[in-house]
Amino acid sequence: MPGSATLPGLVAWIGAWRQRVETEATYLTELDGAIGDGDHGINLRRGLIAGDDALTAAVESGHLVAGDKALQQVAMSLISKIGGASGPLYGTMFLRMADGLGPELDTPEFARALRRGLDGLCARGKASSGDKTMIDALAPAVEAMESAASAGQTLRAALAQAAQAAAGGRDATKPLQARRGRASYLGERSIGHIDPGAASMALLIEAAAATLGA
Amino acid sequence: MKKLINNPAAVVVESLAGLVEAHPDLRLNEELSVVYRADGPIPGKVGVVCGGGSGHEPAHAGFVGFGMLDSAACGEIFTSPVPDQILEATNRANGGAGVVHIVKNYTGDVMNFEMAADLANMAGDCEIETVLVDDDVAVQDSLYTAGRRGVGLTVIVEKIMGAAAQQGLPLKEVAKIGRGVVTEGRSMGLALTTVITPELGKPFFQLGEGQIEFGVGVHGEPGRERRDHAPARQLAADLAKPIMEDLPFVDGDDAIVMVNGMGATPLMELYIMYAELAKVLRAHGITPVRQLVGNYLTSLDMAGISFTLLRATAERIALWDAPVATPGLRWGM
Repeated sequence: MPGSATLPGLVAWIGAWRQRVETEATYLTELDGAIGDGDHGINLRRGLIAGDDALTAAVESGHLVAGDKALQQVAMSLISKIGGASGPLYGTMFLRMADGLGPELDTPEFARALRRGLDGLCARGKASSGDKTMIDALAPAVEAMESAASAGQTLRAALAQAAQAAAGGRDATKPLQARRGRASYLGERSIGHIDPGAASMALLIEAAAATLGA
Repeated sequence: MKKLINNPAAVVVESLAGLVEAHPDLRLNEELSVVYRADGPIPGKVGVVCGGGSGHEPAHAGFVGFGMLDSAACGEIFTSPVPDQILEATNRANGGAGVVHIVKNYTGDVMNFEMAADLANMAGDCEIETVLVDDDVAVQDSLYTAGRRGVGLTVIVEKIMGAAAQQGLPLKEVAKIGRGVVTEGRSMGLALTTVITPELGKPFFQLGEGQIEFGVGVHGEPGRERRDHAPARQLAADLAKPIMEDLPFVDGDDAIVMVNGMGATPLMELYIMYAELAKVLRAHGITPVRQLVGNYLTSLDMAGISFTLLRATAERIALWDAPVATPGLRWGM
């Protein structure tokens, strides 16, 4: 079955992201309370619990055997359950990652998948780097993955660097003025706060390092 | 936090269940939190759908009924509904003459309605028009923001488009009337407190006794700036000025005026603010020809207020005056 080799890793990745989001839900929500509407952690947790439970059930029942299908299913769950902007954004990212995913996950393959996800995010959100959004955590992670791929590094080494880059990108949103999303309504008052979307994205890449890169 | 709730995670559906219990001419899809007319969809009538996060009651489910909305998709608190919900609301409103989506301009709402409209188009048999409401002058409309927010004007858009659809106007015409209202309507709000959402259970931020948030939206978020509190006279003038200047409203204009409470503002204070607003408008030669004062697009338990002004035309006044029978607005029948 094409793609079956990627399935366990991707399922573990989503499960680990869910755990990180559940642990950090209050933190994410507090970040959102400062410059948004205070629900990012609550909504993402709700979507991920539903998405991860459905994914696990589908795998255990034997209905789901390929990695790309797993990402598609997660995407549809997130779109259906999260609401707000995060649902369509994370949903679009996973749909684009699934589209053309190869049978083996190595550094170049995962770098390409993340790049497609990033392109999807930018298009769906009509945003780019520096707008103080989740893109500011993902874009440096993609660049780190691509550098690691050119240098022929293992997935483990590449994801460790990607996670570090994502965390750096998250922290670098603090001094930025938001230009997209609800925080943009605050104008200069959005400066001085970490973007909650960038924070949840950093958790996603960190979860990848802890599972796919383990 | 003291709230009259059972379970923070169930407030939306439990509240909607109460709404349809109290108003037997409405129905609820509990699984998807969609409220719709018991007698809908009305064959041959353009369907009018609105949706958005919950916590703004009576908006939007409280405006479902004769002469206004055919259905409302109710998201989680302050969270856009998802495409499945919007699609269900669209189907409930589809009487074969097309459906118009009224969307407040927030990133999440816009994306979810776009995805729902794509799904409806794929399904094939329903033409959809979208009217985007972006009336909040507190937000600068520029390349560097998500654009102006949709706030109080949404209620007026729903009333006027709902009346147009009820009178049998075709889809394009209903949408055109709605877009005209958006073009000539403006709002601005302020808050005396932030909100406590059931799930968070504590205020978003602390506001000192002598401070207000000026230029707020409808989600308990901070506004454009924090200011010192001031008498109603001063606050009314400060809110009215940017609204009048933005369109601009000029000497000789007639206006439909809404003074909207954010949920925890006593009606007494809303009327004090209306009195001050009316003075300001008259001093600028602007005549309030229709008024709505009350809690229509709220932010849970926020204390605060918003003003909305719409340039009045004969057509808009006639549609405003047309009969309406919903939980939130009811007159002429």
